[in-house]
Amino acid sequence: MKVVVTATGATVDSAVDPRFGRAAAFILVDTESGEIQVQDNHAGVAATQGAGIQAAETVSRLGADCLVTGHCGPKAYRSLHAAGVAVYTGASGTVADAVEQLRSGSLDRSDGPDVGGHW
Amino acid sequence: MIVAIASGKGGTGKTTVAVNLALTIGRDVHLLDCDVEAPNAHLFLGTRPHARIEIGIPVPEIDHERCTLCAECSRVCQYNAIAVLGNRAVVFPELCHGCGACTLLCPERAISESPRSIGVIEESAARDVRLIQGRLNVGEALVPPLIRQVRARARGASTVLVDAPPGTSCSMIAAVRGADVVVLVTEPTPFGLNDLRLAVETVRALGLTCGVVINRSDVGDDRVHAYCAAEGLEILAEIPDDRRIAEAYSRGLPMIEALPETRPLFADLANRIGVSGVRARVTGDVRASA
Repeated sequence: MKVVVTATGATVDSAVDPRFGRAAAFILVDTESGEIQVQDNHAGVAATQGAGIQAAETVSRLGADCLVTGHCGPKAYRSLHAAGVAVYTGASGTVADAVEQLRSGSLDRSDGPDVGGHW
Repeated sequence: MIVAIASGKGGTGKTTVAVNLALTIGRDVHLLDCDVEAPNAHLFLGTRPHARIEIGIPVPEIDHERCTLCAECSRVCQYNAIAVLGNRAVVFPELCHGCGACTLLCPERAISESPRSIGVIEESAARDVRLIQGRLNVGEALVPPLIRQVRARARGASTVLVDAPPGTSCSMIAAVRGADVVVLVTEPTPFGLNDLRLAVETVRALGLTCGVVINRSDVGDDRVHAYCAAEGLEILAEIPDDRRIAEAYSRGLPMIEALPETRPLFADLANRIGVSGVRARVTGDVRASA
């Protein structure tokens, strides 16, 4: 399974970024092969609007099956849903911790946005 | 000539200056209320619109049969209003600014455009002033395209007065761009000075000429005067802090009609900014009678 985790830095030891659209980086973890890929998100951080949409497009392009983050707003959720990416919110700790939280089943799969826009 | 009346700070008296200047000029004048989120010049002119035009912006529609998911549309969109998500290009109309780049650059010609309403333009007339005002739809965030449409509807008048929205953001810039002169209305308070500075910097960055009107000029301190002197900004008029002006305002009466002795102040303003042929119809000094 390919998991994207929102991160404040470029390694699996970085803290989870609770924001999705304006997260510093996306870290793709292939839970089967253990392969890691880091995708910078400066475009989202600097976006005047629609940061969540462009972030969802990036996650979709990375080929992720699911996204693990802190919170997910309405347009971001709509975009991820359209892209067929499962959304898990409420992750905390490091990126490695978040992947473990997902594996152990301690994160709930979202069926909608958990915050309003521009939270 | 096009005269924009703007300010960094809200509530300094832009509409008061615009309406009274329009009535003072009196003929062959168009007043454009470009404060489209809260147009209020009509309250002082007592007009009712005789024409209402729906204004929309062109938003993309995708022909999914033709779309190859190349994502060129998403790449060129500066507003993140279009994205390729999985196996589908998705449009977010509420984020689209209607620039048309996606339609123009789609290599498959898979994008067509349809209008999305953002507001209306209402036209009315009072005395010899034609009022053209924009009114944004409630909940709509996209302001500049409507302001540009209001600006585009002023044709043929010798003098066009633009009542700009407050602030120094895109909407203010859309209202003042291309004006022959910008009248910046401020008040002699720390907030007034701070926001005047921002407005002057914005107007200068646009390469426009500006001058200053100080409203409620006898309150606060002299720092606005000092700033104007240091920056070489002409003080075009000073409106005194007079309770009767506030009372007339609260009743929706134009200042020059409720208090005719203020007319020379606006006639003088019109002359200073270069509107020709304006004469004060009543002489006297507002300060002397206040």
